[in-house]
Amino acid sequence: MTTALIAEDEPLLAAALQAELARLWPGLAIVASVADGLSAVQQTLALRPEVCFFDIRMPGASGLDAAQALAEDWPDGTPFPLLVFVTAYDQYALQAFEAQAVDYLVKPVDAHRLAACIDRLKKRLAAQPAPPAGPQPALDDALQRTLTQLRGLLGAGAGGAAPAPPKLAVIQAAVGNKVHLVPVAEVLYFEAADKYLRVVTAEREHLIRLSLRELVPQLDGQQFWQVHRGLVVRASAISTAQRDESGKVFLSLRGRPERLTASRLYAHLFKGM
Amino acid sequence: MPASQATPAPPGPWSGFARRGLRNQVVCAMVALVIWLITPVSRGNLYSAWVYSASIGTCCWFFIDGGRLLLATWLPGRHQMPAASRARWPGPGWMLLCVLAGTALGYTLGSSLGDAVTGFTTPSLLENRPAVAISIIVAIAATWYFYATERLRTEQAAAESARREATESQLMLLQSQLEPHMLFNTLANLRVLITLDPPRAQEMLDRLIGYLRATLGASRTGLHPLSAEFDRLADFLALMAVRMGPRLQVQLDLPEALRNLPVPPLLLQPLVENSIRHGLEPKVAGGRIEVRAAQQGGRLLLTVRDTGVGLGAGAAPAAPAGPPTTAPGDAAKDSHYGTHHVARRLATMYGEQAQFRLGPADAAEGGTLAEVSLPLAPAALSGPPVQHPHLSNPP
Repeated sequence: MTTALIAEDEPLLAAALQAELARLWPGLAIVASVADGLSAVQQTLALRPEVCFFDIRMPGASGLDAAQALAEDWPDGTPFPLLVFVTAYDQYALQAFEAQAVDYLVKPVDAHRLAACIDRLKKRLAAQPAPPAGPQPALDDALQRTLTQLRGLLGAGAGGAAPAPPKLAVIQAAVGNKVHLVPVAEVLYFEAADKYLRVVTAEREHLIRLSLRELVPQLDGQQFWQVHRGLVVRASAISTAQRDESGKVFLSLRGRPERLTASRLYAHLFKGM
Repeated sequence: MPASQATPAPPGPWSGFARRGLRNQVVCAMVALVIWLITPVSRGNLYSAWVYSASIGTCCWFFIDGGRLLLATWLPGRHQMPAASRARWPGPGWMLLCVLAGTALGYTLGSSLGDAVTGFTTPSLLENRPAVAISIIVAIAATWYFYATERLRTEQAAAESARREATESQLMLLQSQLEPHMLFNTLANLRVLITLDPPRAQEMLDRLIGYLRATLGASRTGLHPLSAEFDRLADFLALMAVRMGPRLQVQLDLPEALRNLPVPPLLLQPLVENSIRHGLEPKVAGGRIEVRAAQQGGRLLLTVRDTGVGLGAGAAPAAPAGPPTTAPGDAAKDSHYGTHHVARRLATMYGEQAQFRLGPADAAEGGTLAEVSLPLAPAALSGPPVQHPHLSNPP
């Protein structure tokens, strides 16, 4: 039996998709139906379904963010789930998906379209090789495809129609009623920590209330590289990058003792010239 | 959207100087023709008439036009012109001085120039009254002509840009209210309900019809009773309640005594939409939205409060009246737009008498609080006159 997970914040639509899938694909077991992006990531990692239906606009984290988190944190040894995005209207996602293999559905989802999607999924599942007995390939096919697709999507997002905001020169970090001014030129890396952002320089670190997503457009992309969904590093501060079998890359820094991890989504940034 | 608006910068004071110079040549040619026609045949000589007319006319134009531009630059604040051409015309008194002095200088220099070309000798300024009179009359007429055309052009441009801005604003509002994401999700829910629960589907469809009719058909210039405003909000919130299920709780509070107070139609709609879209929809647990009307002294206080993620989440600016600061994304832009729209509408309809405030809701629950305070008496309206009060039939 094939397993699937549904992430959809609107209860009626989630129930309807589940009912429709039960009708059109009796061999499919819905292992969980969640209503937000964070639960989608947690439950998918916990239950390892073969297929995921993700709504794009959800509270907590969008379906695209959830897919990125999954691609970054997916454990080795289990095939990466086949992702189907469900969206009411998201032009940029639609465009990005046109060229790609993973399916998407547009709400309201009609039965014919859903049946076609199911056919596609079944074919893809049948083509997936059974887990070989010998040593695992580092990355399976579905994960590789998803990574490529997400890279495309992230690139498309960066080149959106919105005019680029002016570049930041100084970070203002408030501590109590005092504000520390930290020149961006001194920052080695930014790391997301819950609702805050750690701003790390060679000497010390500060916390600011800003999301990485808001910050990144205000940084010079040549100087600062995003290497993980929660990590942006000054490229010139990286001394070495070492890849492990799972596709992760460990970075050591000039001027800081700690090692940072670049996810497999961004591992392609580090290759010999 | 002040940033994206393609309003051309108002032309500088010296723009069109050359253009007026060329037009002036046409005036000179006409003057030459007239002089040639009305002077006795014995003295008539079209060529020399043209030489004098052109040289005197050009010099007069040069001194008058140049003089008034210098005056306008040096004497800021002396103008009765529309804003766009403020910097370019000094007041009428200065202008008259400018014309007289410019003509005197222009005549003197121009007639010498004409003498040099034709080899004749013309009498000086004080001895040749008819020629001086003609020069002054032509100078005044030409100046008045340039002034009038420029004024007309500026006014047309201003009217055009106001019209464009109004249309753009209307379109933006419509676009934000008929957002495809909202519409298609609503339709998707409706599609499910049709088989699952037909009576509820019908009710939802009625709400959708009410919402669409109000959004597409609302006259935004008149006023409608507060009860109609609350009915429209109830339609929208009922649609959202079906979509969000238990994640959305709605509380509408309209005291009986305030039901018939006139308010601008759909004034609160953008605030309620912001509360849902930027406050409650992004919040995993959902929350509550409260819309209240209350009388406070002689004023009507309308509040939209949500227990959503709050303003800190990069959704809306704390000061909606100011220019947009940073724009992290489309969502924030929409929200800026909504609050700007409300603030602008209040300003045009009520002037100083209305207040709009957007800030964090102070209670422990967090979220956002938007407050609109209006004068109770509709007679206090200072903006566009009250047209046909918007009639509404609640579904």
